[in-house]
Amino acid sequence: MVAVNGHSPAGGRRQWKLMIVDDSNIMRRRIERSQQLESLEVVGAAANGVEAIELFRQTDPDLITMDITMPQMDGIECIRRLVELKPAVRILVISALADKATAVDAMEKGANGFLNKPFTDRQLNEAIAELIRVL
Amino acid sequence: MLQEQELKTFVDGTTNYFEVAAQQPATIGSPYLVTDGIPAVHDYTGVISITGKREGVVYFTAPRAMLTVLLMKMQESDFSHDNMRDIVGEVANTISGNARRDFGREFVISVPNVVTGEKNEIPVNPGTRCFVIPINWRSHSAKLVVALK
Repeated sequence: MVAVNGHSPAGGRRQWKLMIVDDSNIMRRRIERSQQLESLEVVGAAANGVEAIELFRQTDPDLITMDITMPQMDGIECIRRLVELKPAVRILVISALADKATAVDAMEKGANGFLNKPFTDRQLNEAIAELIRVL
Repeated sequence: MLQEQELKTFVDGTTNYFEVAAQQPATIGSPYLVTDGIPAVHDYTGVISITGKREGVVYFTAPRAMLTVLLMKMQESDFSHDNMRDIVGEVANTISGNARRDFGREFVISVPNVVTGEKNEIPVNPGTRCFVIPINWRSHSAKLVVALK
């Protein structure tokens, strides 16, 4: 679990806080590197649902990217718990699970978007921008 | 008997990873059948187990050099053993995700397990025929092995 010190908002513009949750180190780094929205600040990254909840309490993010298949606590259960803690949080599921049942399950627990792995930088940024639009 | 469409799902899951994540499509070599023994593996192998309508394993096995270039194409600069395991697991994870989408609940598909080292053998059910599909990408070659009853 890594908490990152944030930057001050640029030009008074609202800065949204993003937390990344994925058991793959490569994917965590990829998402952090690829997101290009100036209004977004990555406040930390967690490798499973248990770490994510702890990091969430420390950093209070507005947005979360969430993997589904993870050890200790999977993404579906983690979404349920995080939405309980902060109903307004926006969650983008980023998963290799491409079946409709998984997407529906995640949405029912409180996720707001779904992006399949693998993804391009453009797809990632569009999906995150869509979540910000409704914040 | 393995259906052509089933095989296509696994192949598409693999090639799609290279096309999207590395922005450079992989090509498929001539598939062949191994009826006696188990196909050899490369340095890193991501294995998914399948039960239900079909029984067996599907694995993606690749040499370190290929995975290094794949990571480079993804702007990753850490080529450690852990990241090699990580990326081969991600490819297998995508193959698994595609299969769940296409096959539904008739197939129970496991979370990928990663095996390292060329000397390893992936256990295959006795009497299972192994389809080997060469996956060529840039100057490298990996294998997708589909061993289902």
